[in-house]
Amino acid sequence: METLIEFFSFEYPNIKYVVFGTILLSISSAVVGCFTFIKKKSLVGDVVSHAVLPGICISFLASGSKDPFLLIIGAFVSGWISIVVMDAITRNTKIKEDAATGLALSVFFGIGILLMTYIQHSGNASQSGLDTFLFGKAAALIGVDLLAFSIIAVIVLVVVFLFYKEFKLISFDPQFAKVIGLPIRRLEIILTSVTVLAVVTGIQAVGVVLMAAMLITPAAAARFWTNRLSKMLIIASVFGAFSGISGAFISYSTPSMPTGPWMVMVLSIIALFSFFFAPGKGIVINQWRRFKIQRQLLEENLLKTFFKIGESNNDYFREIETNDIGLARTFSTGQLTKGLRKLNANGYVEKVGNAWRLSKEGHDKGKRITRLHRLWELYLTKYLRIAPDHVHEDADTIEHVITPELESRLEQLLNYPTADPHDSTIPSRN
Amino acid sequence: MIGDAISHSVLPGIVIAFLLVGSLESAWMIIGAGLLGVLTTFLIEFFHQKGKLQTDASIGVTFTWLFALGVILVTYYAGNAHIDQDCILHGEIAYVPIDLMYDDAGNAIGPKAVIVLSVVLVVILLFIGIFYKELFITTFDPDFANAIGISSSKWHYLLMGLVSLTTVASFESVGAILVVALLIAPASAAYLITQDLKWMLLLSSFFGIVSSILGYWLSYLLDGSIAGAMVTISGVIFGICYLVTVLKK
Repeated sequence: METLIEFFSFEYPNIKYVVFGTILLSISSAVVGCFTFIKKKSLVGDVVSHAVLPGICISFLASGSKDPFLLIIGAFVSGWISIVVMDAITRNTKIKEDAATGLALSVFFGIGILLMTYIQHSGNASQSGLDTFLFGKAAALIGVDLLAFSIIAVIVLVVVFLFYKEFKLISFDPQFAKVIGLPIRRLEIILTSVTVLAVVTGIQAVGVVLMAAMLITPAAAARFWTNRLSKMLIIASVFGAFSGISGAFISYSTPSMPTGPWMVMVLSIIALFSFFFAPGKGIVINQWRRFKIQRQLLEENLLKTFFKIGESNNDYFREIETNDIGLARTFSTGQLTKGLRKLNANGYVEKVGNAWRLSKEGHDKGKRITRLHRLWELYLTKYLRIAPDHVHEDADTIEHVITPELESRLEQLLNYPTADPHDSTIPSRN
Repeated sequence: MIGDAISHSVLPGIVIAFLLVGSLESAWMIIGAGLLGVLTTFLIEFFHQKGKLQTDASIGVTFTWLFALGVILVTYYAGNAHIDQDCILHGEIAYVPIDLMYDDAGNAIGPKAVIVLSVVLVVILLFIGIFYKELFITTFDPDFANAIGISSSKWHYLLMGLVSLTTVASFESVGAILVVALLIAPASAAYLITQDLKWMLLLSSFFGIVSSILGYWLSYLLDGSIAGAMVTISGVIFGICYLVTVLKK
């Protein structure tokens, strides 16, 4: 707790720098990442982050200095070239996009490693520290770097803000954007440049490999919470900023812990949580919804079966043995035991010894489902001219979802019928 | 890209294997890494199918997460581990002859990496030789394979298991990322030139051999990383094949 207060009071200017820098970085890469995510080119970030290495080395070899702005220019250029190469390979050959991606990534990185080791072995004293580009050094951000970061991050954010509508269009529907006369090529170039810029700066904080996560993970997590791009950008930025602060805090409270990997760890935990539990799209929520629908189907099908057996015997409230239910309609043993237990608990059927008896509520519900089933069958034969022996399955599905309003309209349309195409009586409304 | 993803995500497997066994025995590390490799493919598929997450994002999230976990574990146990992220990322093939393997009597029988990689090579060649038909059919037409009773997902996981095996066996020498280049570049170059899978296998092996030899020579010339130079050469070979096919059109 004490560390927490100490951390957030920003007593040490260094903490302020680190926190400020990582937040800016996280937000700008999260925002850019949303667009690459929508274009289904998330891994471009990974490629660029590996491909900047040769650029950094060449610009160091050419200038002999580690001026962050010069290195960033070199990185920017080689990041751009990697994207061009990747596009050329996919466009001109039969090689698929993922292979082209992997190829561009690893070959550029290989060249970078070759150059970097060449520089390291060349005995140039000023080269030390060049390899922070590989693994990042978020915890050691200093004045000059921070200035470079902030400027670039702000540029990235401003450009995205200015071109928001255009970027949105070319990401979702490039064909349409073209038709309405947007300069697609120029916009694509701007968007790619912004992406490369975000990657180039981010690398210095979290390193080559984890940079991909800074782009992809916030966007992927945010996607599970909303369907609107504007909200997605905000949510992704919040996730990014939060991970930036937590990463900085963790490495502050436990000095041996690296900032970059922890930022990614926090982001990943947020993302995993979103994948599973986000309302509407989460895996757990979806499975639960499916489970509930399946249970509803089972219950309604059972009640319908009860009703039909009762109908054929002209006695809806007689005791029916479990076996007889299975004879009337196929249920697995598990379905039968589980479904009947549930119906019993909800008061739709009562257990009498080894047999079951419909209750008043159960009877009404079974009656309604049967009614809907037969109404729909009649509708299909009458209005869609489907043969009577082909309508059962369709009706079996839709009977569970017809609303009372739809029921009334069907009734009206069919002129309050009393018999379905198979001459069974359509039970009256309760 | 799955190869790239696996090559990164095996890191925690290696670290955990190391922590459990307490030694850098290759066999254990390969088992740990192999398990993580399969887990990675499984997670990618799981998020993609159950979570409806698009594949590229699914790959990206999964491998960066596992890699971050690996780096955190490495840093946490850095005090007593002889592994660090440098060696995992860009390996050093020049140390291979130093790390010798000994038989029971204590006589050196050869460099460890060479022995391990030879075993892996034999395993892979045997696997491809014996199951060529199954691999062929599940790769080219998984639906047909499923229809005639060959489970394409089983072969998919087996193949991915082999990919992680190769990756782990090689990463000590060339590093995780450059393994990917050696996995993709020669194969893609061969793919551009030939239509026949058998020829493609042969050609890509040939390109692999050429890149190793020329790469070694280039690194000697520049005094740089051997793995980096090998990858550079394989990139050049791909570039030549690319130009040839594009100009032919």
